[in-house]
Amino acid sequence: MLADHGRRRTALALVLATTLALAGCGSKTGQNASAVGASVDTSGDAVKVGLLNSLSGTMAISEVTVRDAILLAVEEINAAGGVLGKKIEPISEDGASDWPTFAEKAEKLIKENAVAAVFGCWTSASRKAVKPVFEENKSLLFYPVQYEGLEQSPYIFYTGATTNQQIVPGLDYLKSQGKTSVYLVGSDYVFPRTANKIIKAYAEANGMKVLGEDYAPLGSTEFGTIVNKVKAAKAAAVFNTLNGDSNVAFFKEYKSAGLTAAGTPVVSVSIAEEEVKSIGTQYLADQLTAWNYYQTTPGAANQKFVAAYKAKYGADKPTSDPMEAAYVSVHLWKAMVEKAGSFEVEKVKAAADGVTYDAPEGLVTVDGATQHIHKTARIGKVGPDGLITEVWNSGAPLKPDPYLKGYPWATGLS
Amino acid sequence: MTVLVGQLFTGVSIGAVLLLIALGLSLTFGQMGVINMAHGEFIMAGAYTVYVLQGAIAGAGVSLLVALPVAFLVAGALGAALEYLLIRRLYARPLDTLLVTWGVSLILQQLARDIFGAPNVQTRAPDWLTGNVPVFGDLTLSTNRLFILGLAILAVAGLTLVLRLTPLGRRIRAVVQNRDLAEVSGIPTGRVDRLTFFIGSGLAGVAGVALTLLGPIGPTMGTNLIIDAFLVVVVGGIGTLKGGVIVAFVLGTLQSLVEYTTTLSVAKVVVFVAIVGFLQWRPQGLFTLRTRSLA
Repeated sequence: MLADHGRRRTALALVLATTLALAGCGSKTGQNASAVGASVDTSGDAVKVGLLNSLSGTMAISEVTVRDAILLAVEEINAAGGVLGKKIEPISEDGASDWPTFAEKAEKLIKENAVAAVFGCWTSASRKAVKPVFEENKSLLFYPVQYEGLEQSPYIFYTGATTNQQIVPGLDYLKSQGKTSVYLVGSDYVFPRTANKIIKAYAEANGMKVLGEDYAPLGSTEFGTIVNKVKAAKAAAVFNTLNGDSNVAFFKEYKSAGLTAAGTPVVSVSIAEEEVKSIGTQYLADQLTAWNYYQTTPGAANQKFVAAYKAKYGADKPTSDPMEAAYVSVHLWKAMVEKAGSFEVEKVKAAADGVTYDAPEGLVTVDGATQHIHKTARIGKVGPDGLITEVWNSGAPLKPDPYLKGYPWATGLS
Repeated sequence: MTVLVGQLFTGVSIGAVLLLIALGLSLTFGQMGVINMAHGEFIMAGAYTVYVLQGAIAGAGVSLLVALPVAFLVAGALGAALEYLLIRRLYARPLDTLLVTWGVSLILQQLARDIFGAPNVQTRAPDWLTGNVPVFGDLTLSTNRLFILGLAILAVAGLTLVLRLTPLGRRIRAVVQNRDLAEVSGIPTGRVDRLTFFIGSGLAGVAGVALTLLGPIGPTMGTNLIIDAFLVVVVGGIGTLKGGVIVAFVLGTLQSLVEYTTTLSVAKVVVFVAIVGFLQWRPQGLFTLRTRSLA
């Protein structure tokens, strides 16, 4: 009898476990009716733009800050008289950290609201989900986050770094520091796997040894074994493409295993000022990051941006690379529209090449051919105050090269 | 050799974490049969206790040690309140309990978000818990994992002593083995239930304190742990402590050894397959409680 009870309870608990596990997987599918090209609503004295970010779900922590940065840019532009005499009217939609929802909301913004452009998306998965929607409707998306490259949609402007503006400089820096071997640690999804493919090709061509490659499922917080492996491999450095909570567990484990930034530095590509705050400087001190912008980046444009952001959202809120890229994307769109003299998508695209903006990260220029932007690569070191200070930069903005065509070792990757 | 010993230690310490998060559940689910989905949020409450205390007490080490009993009381009080307000009305309805406690877990998560903000918060660990002890050659054992292992052993020993030697423990066991007979013998079963829930939830709070040394502290940290906790209790056998103890260490070691030669994902799969296979063979778990109860 009791055994029976036990069995029923066991079954119940297992059902429950499975339900929880499955709850994470969305099941909706996005459908895109084909259309001939969206029209931009320019009647009235305002022009609408779409904001597409996850305001709920697991990505909300990061994407809300991006939305805030976009709104700041919109506010500034409106205060200065708007674009072509029209005020910008932002329409915000919640992608809810669910990729099919992103596709649905993108379609809604384009068709119902007839927006002139959409700003947003964070994960590569959400970008890949909305890409066909923007291409079919011939509407514009501005994507503000560093990503794995190997993409060039005619209807997306990429204002974050592609691989030759972030990962390759990160590796160049390690090489210049005399590091001859690396260990790769990443989350198990498209960005880290693609990035590591590029890193391995780079390493082979540059006489660097890749001593190991480990992936942890997103959200995993058990890094005892992976850190043991890194330690046993005696790698000179670690290249870290972990995302989210895993970073916290990884760096805690890393420190208690006795590995230090002085002996075995970790270069991270997904840890910005906001993440430093939640991991703790105790664990991150002196570790390296690769980005294009830090809150500490010098220049009047950045001082103005940081001051405006803190005034609007709170003095304890740091500014980070993706936020800056999102802020810049709105200003770049304005410059493109003004150069084209029109809100029409094809005219804006045609006017894009060579458009510049004096961004917080320095002068950025749009590359019309790839629709990416020229950006300066910056390697930074985490300081005891939680801010990141630059230890190296590429000197001048690097021309975007999403398919790494300018790198002989990268042939065969794309 | 160094690697093997290092991995065994990692496995044992994964086991210690599993044990800590499952120990409280082995009381509330194992002994009382209540499926409490909010158990993970009691762990979270323990972790946030450390965060709050560090704001009040300067020393990282002192605040962590003070947090252990405080987190026990905070999480225990949450558990006792949950039992008193909701669960005791639902004792004969396990599925309703599941849904209600799940709802409570969502409410607690949102509460944490409202109070502490959605992003993770950080706590400082004292220096003696971020280093390691050299053993031989390259082998070092990290002090935070040794601390957690010690804490797990203490918690199991303490709980065993309470259950075996104290009047409260005798009453708890009596209620588990035969509720009706306990009641007619004059044991106030309602109060015993509440105390059991208090201790079980309090242990979750202690686990939360330990986890601040290893991972992130955020509103959703509990949901990542609840499945592991249920697995340990179910595989260990409902109603016994020693089953859970053995299973936690076996699963931890199995995972770390498999992971070293493969990957984390493969190790997780191997562990799950092993559990499913084991439950096919012994659906009642490793140990079963033998009683003369007819229930």
